[in-house]
Amino acid sequence: MSKLGTLGARLYRGEVGYDFVGKRKIWYGISILITITAIVGLAVRSLNMGIEFSGGAVFTTPKTSVSVAAAQKTAEDAAGHPAIVQKLGNGTLRIQVSDLSTEKSIPTQKALAKKLDVPQDKINTDLVGPSWGDQIANKAWTGLAVFMILVVIYLAIAFEWRMALAALVALLHDLTITVGVYALVGFEVTPGTVIGLLTILGYSLYDTVVVFDGLKEASKDITKQTRWTYSEIANRSLNGTLVRSINTTVVALLPVAALLFIGGGFLGAGMLNDISLALFVGLAAGAYSSIFIATPLVADFKERDPQMRALAKRVAAKRAATAKAEGGAEPEDERPDVQDASDDTATAGIVHQASPRNRGGRGRPSGKRR
Amino acid sequence: MAAPKKGRRSPGGQGRPGRVLALILIAMVALVGGMFASGRTTPRLGIDLAGGTSFTLKAKNEPGKPNAINETNMNTAVGIIERRVNGLGVTEAEVQTQGRDHIVVNIPKGTNAEQARQQVGTTAKLAFRPVLSIAAGGKTPEQQPSPGASAGSKDKNDAGKDEKGKPSGSPSPSASSSTQGRAVTDALKADGASTPTPVASDGKDDKAKDDKGAKKDDKSKQDAPTPSPADTAALQKKLDALDCTTKEGRAAANEAAARAGDNETIVACKKDGSAKEILGPVSVQGTDVSSASAVFDSQQGRGWLVQLKFTGGGSKKFANVTGQLATKPSPQNQFAIVLDGEVVSDPSVSSSIAGGQAEISGGFTQTSARDLANVLSYGSLPLSFGIDTQTTVTAALGGEQLRAGLIAGAIGLALVIVYLVAYYRGLALVALASLLCSAILTYTIMVLLGQAIGFALNLPAVCGAIVAIGITADSFIVYFERIRDEIREGRTLRPAVERGWPRARRTILVSDFVSFLAAAVLFIVTVGKVQGFAFTLGLTTLLDVVVVFFFTKPLMTLLARRKFFANGHPWSGLDPKRLGAKPPLRASRRRPSAPVDPKEA
Repeated sequence: MSKLGTLGARLYRGEVGYDFVGKRKIWYGISILITITAIVGLAVRSLNMGIEFSGGAVFTTPKTSVSVAAAQKTAEDAAGHPAIVQKLGNGTLRIQVSDLSTEKSIPTQKALAKKLDVPQDKINTDLVGPSWGDQIANKAWTGLAVFMILVVIYLAIAFEWRMALAALVALLHDLTITVGVYALVGFEVTPGTVIGLLTILGYSLYDTVVVFDGLKEASKDITKQTRWTYSEIANRSLNGTLVRSINTTVVALLPVAALLFIGGGFLGAGMLNDISLALFVGLAAGAYSSIFIATPLVADFKERDPQMRALAKRVAAKRAATAKAEGGAEPEDERPDVQDASDDTATAGIVHQASPRNRGGRGRPSGKRR
Repeated sequence: MAAPKKGRRSPGGQGRPGRVLALILIAMVALVGGMFASGRTTPRLGIDLAGGTSFTLKAKNEPGKPNAINETNMNTAVGIIERRVNGLGVTEAEVQTQGRDHIVVNIPKGTNAEQARQQVGTTAKLAFRPVLSIAAGGKTPEQQPSPGASAGSKDKNDAGKDEKGKPSGSPSPSASSSTQGRAVTDALKADGASTPTPVASDGKDDKAKDDKGAKKDDKSKQDAPTPSPADTAALQKKLDALDCTTKEGRAAANEAAARAGDNETIVACKKDGSAKEILGPVSVQGTDVSSASAVFDSQQGRGWLVQLKFTGGGSKKFANVTGQLATKPSPQNQFAIVLDGEVVSDPSVSSSIAGGQAEISGGFTQTSARDLANVLSYGSLPLSFGIDTQTTVTAALGGEQLRAGLIAGAIGLALVIVYLVAYYRGLALVALASLLCSAILTYTIMVLLGQAIGFALNLPAVCGAIVAIGITADSFIVYFERIRDEIREGRTLRPAVERGWPRARRTILVSDFVSFLAAAVLFIVTVGKVQGFAFTLGLTTLLDVVVVFFFTKPLMTLLARRKFFANGHPWSGLDPKRLGAKPPLRASRRRPSAPVDPKEA
């Protein structure tokens, strides 16, 4: 902890730090590249829709002793699509395979008949409609649209429109990347993965808002000083909340990573793989975008604001003047009053907090006042 | 430090952390107790994790409507059934078409299969018909007086029961009641005499938008809702032949009545078999009902009721019809609420009922009232279905997969603990206690909700809960970092804890609000599994706020008084030296060139 703690302190004080805003062009470039890859991936290998969306064929077998797992493997090998196998109460199997028409399902039917050692016509084949019909999908889209509008309005009120816009861009960035990874890896899109996507949406916004909250606080009285431009302040606030961002991301990613690499990789939990991959990519993208995309974007937007431009000019002028005068401590001049105002209550708290220790904790009912 | 004495007036203005902490502990104990009292200690699992029951419904071909079974109608039926079995979106039921005329409904284990069977199979075609005549439930060997009819005018549902009570077989009419035959004739006279009555005109309206399932026969084509005298006799005969006392008799009667067109006069049985009635043409249709809810009537002691709200047009029709009926003698001032050919309730009216509300009463239990309200809210099926098979299904996700997932999840959690301890040391205790608190609350609430509203946990929900670990932990991390920042400013722990809180609180509230907004919007707008997800997200977000406010913060305040933390023990995670704290603030403030306060920078 000690080193990390000190690093945290130095980050906090702005002694060290990475120039996120200054180097934003690099990160924008990287993001654009990833996004384009994702979109191309989406275009080339379109999403593999699951049986819940596309419907498919359902096979009903006679009573059998063949295990669910074995039947699933046979069906998947024969059909080339993921299969859902359920054992019914009477010992028969119900095997659903996505994206198969009744005619195309004959090879699968044959394979199953062979595996179960029954005549082919004993295996009943039927088409099954999507349980996630257009209705559910449409409503989900409507919900998403309504949510995005509301969240932009909310962020515009709670913060400002520039931040709302940047948060939206970051959100779309995360979703595109996640969907692209889906297409590229060729995972099947199931309701589970859609829900994974929605989880990412929630997390991505959440993370962005936490970072923006720090930014908003840092830039509260920005026009009252002439030491830093908005971009510099944004950068410092990013570095200040960096420890939190890293910690949160690690804590959020660890369980998902365990699910993906241990659960999915080692133990071979097929369906878990889909969801945990979506979550892993999405959470990582969400954490990345709120630092490398959202905040620099806000800084970009802000620097176009006339007020901020004026500030940038003043800062430049001041720095030039300081450089000439070579006065090291000079830039402080405008700050103390601002600081005093906000520190007043704190000081009171400090003083009487410190005092009970020295004076035996008596005669100071100051705690009650507050 | 004099911690005990200070306890009553903590410096930060933080009220009584001990009490708040006790409050949430009591709440937790209560929830856990409630969970054990309710007899279930595991959450209901979705069909993908636990398997369940599968129904196959087959659409029935109705005579005279060969083309009713088509894709559109099947999809509409799927939509309606989906909402019936999964109205709140949290039960994780699945509905899909299979083949041309089958619908498969999968319901997770632990759901009452019998209840579900009724929910999915009921056509739920609702109609309001005027009562023309009432007779006792059994086969009528001879003309019976109907003293109950007059009783019915006083007490809506007692008509049948009264008759049962005193089955006076004699045909002699009493002063207040008429014979069956006369009742019908009277009714017909009344209908015939009044030039276009609202009932009749409603009949026309209804015909115009005749329900698909209704079969029109000659009578309705004549556009005359009033039966001719010959029909009257036929009806009377039909009524006499009807046997509502046996289950089979009722079933046959219901089926016949359900098949009748909206403009026909029908004979139907009362639900409890106590009475049979001749009913006029449909005056208000089920499609005019906009919503239905189950309520408990404690004022008049009628027990459970189903309250119906009409659409704008429906209210007008209903007010008209009840106005008309109110002027008539008993039993023709009664209207029957007919559900799938069965008279559920036949209240009498004494005045026109405006306001667009109606009630169905009569022998409901809480469950049956809720079921009926649920079914009515989502409308009637365009087709009638029979249940082909009912069988259990195993989980789509193998037990091994689930176990693998759980093992992986446990490993992940262990890693989180290791990380938190390595980074936050003593503070990790607070984080872990808070996570534990949050886990207990989430788990017990999920178990309890499983019983209350059928909430079922499926794989996506489990994954959502795992992500929620991150969001919940983030709240602590934000707060811890704030406290550490304050310590770096040179403050001692207790003011740091109090000073850091308002700022951390704002961050937590603002960001959790976004999550909650997402959950609320998705829950309101969507259906099915997305709704279930939104529910889980909303729940965990709310719990996050509750835990941080009522557990983490008070716990932090209490711990700040302990020497171990307050003195910045190296293992407390709050050692000022290790955090790189500056010299005490008091000194630094006096200096003219105070070091930059980064929170403004």
